[in-house]
Amino acid sequence: MTQLYHFHGGVHPPTHKNQSTRSPIATPPLPSKLVIPFHQHVGSMAKPLVQAGDYVFKGQLIGMPEDGLSSAIHASTSGTITEIGMQVVAHASGLPDLCATLIPDGNEAWIERERHNPITLPIDEIRHILRLAGIVGLGGAVFPSDAKLRGGKHHVRTIVLNGAECEPYITCDDMLMRQRARDIVRGGDIIRRVLGADEVLIGIEDNKPQAIAMMQEACVDRSSMRVIAVPTLYPGGGAKQLIRVLTGIEVAAGVRSTDKGVQCFNVATAYSIYRAVAFSEPLLSRIVTVTGNVQKPQNFEVLIGTPVDELVAWAGGKPDTTHHIMGGPMMGVALPNDQVSVVKACNCIIAASDALFPPAPPAMPCIRCTRCAEVCPQELQPQDLYWFAKSKNFGKAQEFHLFDCIECGACSYVCPSHIPLVQYYRFAKSEIWARDNDKKAADQARERHEFREYRIEREKQEKADKLAAKEKAALAAKQAAPVSDDAQQKIQAAMALAKQQAITPKNVSDLTPQQQAEIADIEARRANSQARAQSDAGT
Amino acid sequence: MISALLVMAGIAIVLGAVLGYAAIKFRVEGNPLVDKIDAVLPQTQCGQCGFPGCKPYATAIAAEEADINCCPPGGEEGIRKLAELLNKEFKPFGDNAKPKPKSVAYIDENTCIGCTLCIQACPVDAIVGAAKQMHTIIAADCTGCELCLAPCPVDCIAMNPIEETLSVWKWKYPVYALSPTP
Amino acid sequence: MFYSPFIRKPISVSQIMLRVMLALIPAIGAYLYYFGPIILVSLTLASITAVATEAAMLKLRKRPVAPFLQDNSALLTAWLIALSIPALAPWWLVVVGTVFAIVIAKQLYGGLGNNPFNPAMIAYAVLIISFPTHMTHWLTPAMLVHADLGFAGQLAYMFGDVLPQNMTLDAVTMATPLDTLKTQLHLGTAISSIFGQPIFGALAGHGSEMVAVGFLVGGVYLWATSIISWHLPVAYLGTLFMIASIFNAIDPAHYAPPLFHLFSGAAMMGAFFILTDPVTSPTTHKGKLIFAAGAAFLTYVIRVFGGFPDGMAFATLLMNICVPLIDLYTQPKVFGKKEQAR
Repeated sequence: MTQLYHFHGGVHPPTHKNQSTRSPIATPPLPSKLVIPFHQHVGSMAKPLVQAGDYVFKGQLIGMPEDGLSSAIHASTSGTITEIGMQVVAHASGLPDLCATLIPDGNEAWIERERHNPITLPIDEIRHILRLAGIVGLGGAVFPSDAKLRGGKHHVRTIVLNGAECEPYITCDDMLMRQRARDIVRGGDIIRRVLGADEVLIGIEDNKPQAIAMMQEACVDRSSMRVIAVPTLYPGGGAKQLIRVLTGIEVAAGVRSTDKGVQCFNVATAYSIYRAVAFSEPLLSRIVTVTGNVQKPQNFEVLIGTPVDELVAWAGGKPDTTHHIMGGPMMGVALPNDQVSVVKACNCIIAASDALFPPAPPAMPCIRCTRCAEVCPQELQPQDLYWFAKSKNFGKAQEFHLFDCIECGACSYVCPSHIPLVQYYRFAKSEIWARDNDKKAADQARERHEFREYRIEREKQEKADKLAAKEKAALAAKQAAPVSDDAQQKIQAAMALAKQQAITPKNVSDLTPQQQAEIADIEARRANSQARAQSDAGT
Repeated sequence: MISALLVMAGIAIVLGAVLGYAAIKFRVEGNPLVDKIDAVLPQTQCGQCGFPGCKPYATAIAAEEADINCCPPGGEEGIRKLAELLNKEFKPFGDNAKPKPKSVAYIDENTCIGCTLCIQACPVDAIVGAAKQMHTIIAADCTGCELCLAPCPVDCIAMNPIEETLSVWKWKYPVYALSPTP
Repeated sequence: MFYSPFIRKPISVSQIMLRVMLALIPAIGAYLYYFGPIILVSLTLASITAVATEAAMLKLRKRPVAPFLQDNSALLTAWLIALSIPALAPWWLVVVGTVFAIVIAKQLYGGLGNNPFNPAMIAYAVLIISFPTHMTHWLTPAMLVHADLGFAGQLAYMFGDVLPQNMTLDAVTMATPLDTLKTQLHLGTAISSIFGQPIFGALAGHGSEMVAVGFLVGGVYLWATSIISWHLPVAYLGTLFMIASIFNAIDPAHYAPPLFHLFSGAAMMGAFFILTDPVTSPTTHKGKLIFAAGAAFLTYVIRVFGGFPDGMAFATLLMNICVPLIDLYTQPKVFGKKEQAR
């Protein structure tokens, strides 16, 4: 029996998980269209490689990862790209982002794939494959997996596979572990090989006995891999909390878990890593739990880009649904509308109604009862943070470790005054980030301004120096004896050459006729607009 | 009586020596107050305060020659910060100085005649171009000071307010009603 | 727009306050049994005053009245005031105390959640300083009564300030055990002979000790239903017990035994119902321990060496001042940052 550690606090919200685990993962029919955002991951947006009108195959790369932290985007099925443009995406802001609209042709025509042996494939190759396969953390953080598989200076001893799934309602990892345990375990093998880790610990909350049994069976022949049942306690599936429970290690905010010798992956990510490495299958679909106010709550294998309304319709959405929640009821976001599409971060869609999620009662003043502090898994003092965030005292909020907050929502959940605590923390965090950016911009502007002043000063000085030198030279020339004819000629030749060079700038010599035509065109346009400006000024 | 006087004089001499030594030892280069004020100012270098840049304005504030409510780009929060730093009362903006939404300049490339006047006006060198060549703005470096608008002979520069995009989106301050009905 | 979390534990401030009031029932029951039904009158009077004052203040401050009245905090304050002052007091004493607590100590600081001082204790402090004689006339327990005023007589005194001709106030009331102890010690009587007097029971004052037991029972209920944490009562009662034990061990003739201190005066009520007011007590565990220990120390000092018979109210108010400081210096280490600090 392994020794388990525990983390501070935690809550026991009603799980509502049984309703969506009655039937196996279903594959819905192809949706009428797919809207695939180019920015579904942490890091920079993928660069679009296709244009409207292009035909794409299933699995074709349509968004190239930028340098640095980024990930790839693929066509989830074969069909025609009809539009590359801004569309509202599944994000709390309700703002639009760059998306590709893909109309499926129904053929599911795959792009060419090859099979690899994950055991012999060079490690660098594996990372490259994952980057181009668009594999990101599927637990909700969508951090590019290839970056997580780049070990730091510290040896990673332990891999934690996160199958805890502590949020109420969500069962996608549970069903994946029940039905595809073997591939998850193989993914775990790849991760362990790439990071050179000693052991893989698979943490699953003890309210999923079937998943635990299937996973145990799948890794029975691996001595370095163990399935560990952890107590059901929200947010036990948070990476920091699960690492703490399984290994006793606490990873502070701003510290990389690899520096402490641990790295944590979601089980669904492990599954996708295996599929990508062994079968060259990019991340085209994911398991999504559709539950809440629907007739048949269940899990679907959903193509990335599927519109939420079509997805909910397959589960039998009820008419009194008011809105949809992406993710769980503790940390999810209310979707701006139900036409947005499923993205890589989307593990669950909950159809919400007033009966299921009654609107929060009016917030009362904080009475400092510290129920929030009792349940905070990060051992913060939420009542103090609330006070500082509310009064916009951001410096103090940071001093009280605002950025250690993981926004799990446990504090808001227990607050007897019904204060939207997490909302205050999110507000304070984004204000602090914005201020940091403003500060950086101001510093840069100051630097550029000061440099400009220095440059102007320098130019003035140089001009003065030149003038002085010229005067001096002229004076000297006058005083000096007349130079010989030969020298005179040489000077004149040099001056003529200089004149010639000065007249013809290098970038306008040797122009092709096409370029000359372009220049003429621009000149004409310029003359035109000048005339227009003059006539405007005249009127 | 004499001893008391001597003791007091002795203390005065010792303390004076300590203070004098401290003044030399912990001497601060430059005027720290000006730098502190300058750090609060938004560095748009726009001159809306009536001074040729943020540093001169900071110097004027430090010398009590200028009010703290002359910097529209800094917003009311800027005034608040200055008030806090200088231990003064908050003072709202006057009628002629109101903050505008943050913008960046944009050059209509069809109209630009390449006169370089805007380049000379830009306080942060955020305009690229050469004589008779089209100019363009480096949006990332533009502070939105509007100093390039006036010199442009063909009015080809426009100020575009920065739109809210996903990358600059902020969570809003939670607004909730204490009672459902007013 | 909706923001996560979308679900909430079904708990509210008004429920918490109600539970605390429920926990006061055993003490009120004991009061009723030993001192008669007049306590119900002062409870009702305080409640009505508190609710009316709260409503008026909310209106004046242009705050929504209904949600704040429903939080029951004014009612709880009223009950605590009624329980901490003599039950047989002129009606205006209760009213003045309650109005002062609600208007000055609570609403003028910003209402629920913003008051630095415990309103009930402010009321008690104001009354004992302004009307010391009225505040020392405590009802004599029913079985010790020589001259029974009767409920009607009590009412007549309370609202009409009239006593039957053959009676004086001193005949129907008595000083509290703490007060008696103090006076007698001052006269040079030894503890053992003081405790021989009929007003003293097994632990402390006859009757009042059972009210204290009632508070203890209610407090244990609050702890068991995790309305309060153990830190405050345990630290308070523990410290009081320890200090009293030390003094009692040094000189048993002049210092009362520790259990007497725990079960007399407002110690038991304070430990479970006054110090545990979340608004005016520290938020950190360590802070709670320091706060309660400090309050216990001050209580003992005021009781034994000070001018007032009981020190609970002043000890609480003095420690209330220190709460922000205590909180600031007892901030716990957060997740993952414990080793660095070591």
